[in-house]
Amino acid sequence: MPIDILMPALSPTMTEGRLAKWHKRPGDKITSGDVIAEIETDKATMEYEAVDEGVLGDLLVAEGTEGVLVNTPIAILLIDGEAAGTPRKASPAAPALAPLQPAPIVAVAAAQPMAAPSGTRLFASPLARRLAKERGVDLTQIAGTGPHGRVIARDVPANGAGQASPTIASASARPAPVPVPVIPGAGDRTIPHDGMRRTVARRLTESVQTIPHFNLTIDVEIDKLLDLRRQVNAADESYKVSVNDFVLRACALALQKVPEVNASWTDAALIQHAQSDVAMAVAIEGGLITPIIFGAQNKSVVQIAREAKDLAERARARKLKPEEYQGGTFAVSNLGMFGVRTFNSIINPPHAAILSVGVGEQRPIARDGQLAVATIMSVTLAIDHRVLGGAEGARWLQAFKQLIETPIRLVV
Amino acid sequence: MVDSYDIIVIGSGPGGYVTAIRAAQLGFKTAVIEREHLGGICLNWGCIPTKALLRSSELFHTLSHADAYGLKVKEIGFELDKIVKRSRGIAKQLSDGVKFLMKKNKIDVIDGHGALAGAGRVQITLADKKTRELIGKHIILATGARARELPDLKADGKLVWTYKHAMVPETMPKSLLVIGSGAIGIEFANFYKNLGADVTVVEVMDRILPVEDEEISAFAAKSFTAQGMKLLTGTSVKSLEYKTNSVVVTMTAEGQPPTKVEVERVILAIGITGNVENIGLEAAGVKTDRGHVVIDGYGRTNVPGVYAIGDLAGPPWLAHKASHEGVICVEKIAGVEGTHALDVSNIPGCTYSMPQIASVGLTETKAKAAGYTLKVGRFPYIGNGKAIALGETQGMIKTIFDAKTGALLGAHMIGAEVTELIQGFAVARTLETTEAELMATVFPHPTLSEMMHESVLSAYGRALHI
Repeated sequence: MPIDILMPALSPTMTEGRLAKWHKRPGDKITSGDVIAEIETDKATMEYEAVDEGVLGDLLVAEGTEGVLVNTPIAILLIDGEAAGTPRKASPAAPALAPLQPAPIVAVAAAQPMAAPSGTRLFASPLARRLAKERGVDLTQIAGTGPHGRVIARDVPANGAGQASPTIASASARPAPVPVPVIPGAGDRTIPHDGMRRTVARRLTESVQTIPHFNLTIDVEIDKLLDLRRQVNAADESYKVSVNDFVLRACALALQKVPEVNASWTDAALIQHAQSDVAMAVAIEGGLITPIIFGAQNKSVVQIAREAKDLAERARARKLKPEEYQGGTFAVSNLGMFGVRTFNSIINPPHAAILSVGVGEQRPIARDGQLAVATIMSVTLAIDHRVLGGAEGARWLQAFKQLIETPIRLVV
Repeated sequence: MVDSYDIIVIGSGPGGYVTAIRAAQLGFKTAVIEREHLGGICLNWGCIPTKALLRSSELFHTLSHADAYGLKVKEIGFELDKIVKRSRGIAKQLSDGVKFLMKKNKIDVIDGHGALAGAGRVQITLADKKTRELIGKHIILATGARARELPDLKADGKLVWTYKHAMVPETMPKSLLVIGSGAIGIEFANFYKNLGADVTVVEVMDRILPVEDEEISAFAAKSFTAQGMKLLTGTSVKSLEYKTNSVVVTMTAEGQPPTKVEVERVILAIGITGNVENIGLEAAGVKTDRGHVVIDGYGRTNVPGVYAIGDLAGPPWLAHKASHEGVICVEKIAGVEGTHALDVSNIPGCTYSMPQIASVGLTETKAKAAGYTLKVGRFPYIGNGKAIALGETQGMIKTIFDAKTGALLGAHMIGAEVTELIQGFAVARTLETTEAELMATVFPHPTLSEMMHESVLSAYGRALHI
């Protein structure tokens, strides 16, 4: 009997996706493991590999179709010389949202109700999963109140943000907020939202609405760092280390020195992370993504440089895997290359802080009563005031400044 | 020297004694005060002894139909005093069991009547009228409830009974009128009907078992009528006139002239009322409302340090609700993480009649009224192999889903052993499963439980055996 090829759930939270590209055409022979299509999820484009063998029959979903629900049939696979049009095997009745690939286990306090970090199994009731899908809520961002932090129906906010409602009945009765209408005028361009745009919009709005942000700015001298960078890059041509790579490394070490900053807020407790999983904001066409350098405190600046380059390239090609950009413990955003001096970033939960890095530029400074010129870079640390006080943030900035200004400590 | 405790529980019914055990498990120094029998009404005068009585009447009924099973029984009969004696023996056995549990958990049991006596104090009137005082950081009232009576409807214990009298009959009444068709009324009606009494049930609402789904009520009414029971719905009893060995009951149905009927005995089963008297509520300033103590989701009254659980705190009047409320109450006191108020819609209700009735969640009418779009599944006993083999082909299982989310809104059952089946749907509701997980669950064959699966499939047009 022909088999329906179903839209895969490529991450635990994926409910729909865009069928970006068909790699096979009707009539093509398919072997298990062949890439048959590219599926665009909210933040990445992923390759979809065949599980069964046979000949590709009809394509049920055209290339470029948006919002294809998980588990909808997208094509038909003919087995053993069947002709197209043979009655198909019924597809499973219920969408299964379980991740396709086994997820790595991250050590977290199991009993703490907290938002599930990426890569861990998400504990949520079937009904909560349904409601989340229906309301467009990312379950990984919800702190469950069920046993062992399981997300249950009452934890799923009524309309994607805001407070959880006490009962299902009242939730469905609650009217949705009415947005101010925007009417496109002559010559205006309407750009439909893609998955990433929606995710960025939702997460940043949520962050600003729920996290009390608090910003601290400090100036750091980077002349010594620039010298060191020249030496490091001159030593071997196989790699190129950027100032930002040093910044990432300095962040990873500062987070170990001041672990209060390397934390996450949950309703039940603060989680202080052991690893410095430093995310870096990468601007890509149509949005923003934050791939993560995991365990950056144990990686050399050269290793970080290589990883950062690879992640940024794949981010721009939208080829990151969800586990590469979901989670992390801290983030860095750098707009120095555009000449921006200082700016305030929005915290990317579950992080408790984000560092905004400005341009490194020559500025006049007063040193020992004398006017002098130094290369100065201003950095601004935005912190979640529920997790940290200003003093802890300031201590972290001091640690960061010392590392950058004594850069040899970043390479030994 | 006044003894002091972390937790003092007044009343040792299924609410009180379970509360005490959980409190002891959590490390609290705990005392229970009981004025009569450990285990309260449930063990001594309610759930358990009635099940013992019903077992006798059910066996009697089955033996009367032995022929249908290919069995020969020479002479069938019963001795009422032995049936009652068995029931009392079982009650005693379980009460002793509670006594053992108290001892095992190092809970002090004090026999006497407990009442609040100022902040953190309980005064106990002992059997010899002496008083004793205890100090308790947290005082949990679990004094339960008793049969409700009305000015014109009072029980004398001889001709007009409450459940307590109905449980220990000396002679078998030839005719019996039961006022009220809730679980208690229906169970006694069944017991006496099965043993040969002429039974009439009067219900003021337009259907029997008014808290159940309408379809189930109708199914039950049909079954009971077929067994020869008279059901008068939409009818209220106006007065009871005592004769030497009978009662003349005056009733009116809406828009009808009053009618009189003479019966040997009457059972009052018109609900229950909380035991709020003489436990010091007024002096302590504890708020009550229509015979019940007002509490929040964790048993807390308006007075700090004073809690109430179970029947005393209001409906549903169910032993398992009382136990759960008690556990939640002490866990909240102990600060156990993840303690949540009881979701009343997840409490199953059971009636041990023939056929049995069990339900959890919303009825179809209530689900519609709540604004849900429904998917309703039904499966009849006649379509189930095990039911046919048992000779129990009367019954049905009905499931109600929210069409939008697949949430199991309610499950309603009537038929053999449904009281043992309903927990499956209670688990499903607590785990928040949708139709998908229920459909994917493997039910063993041949069992009555397969009908639960089929009912779910039927809600989505996929029933296999009908």
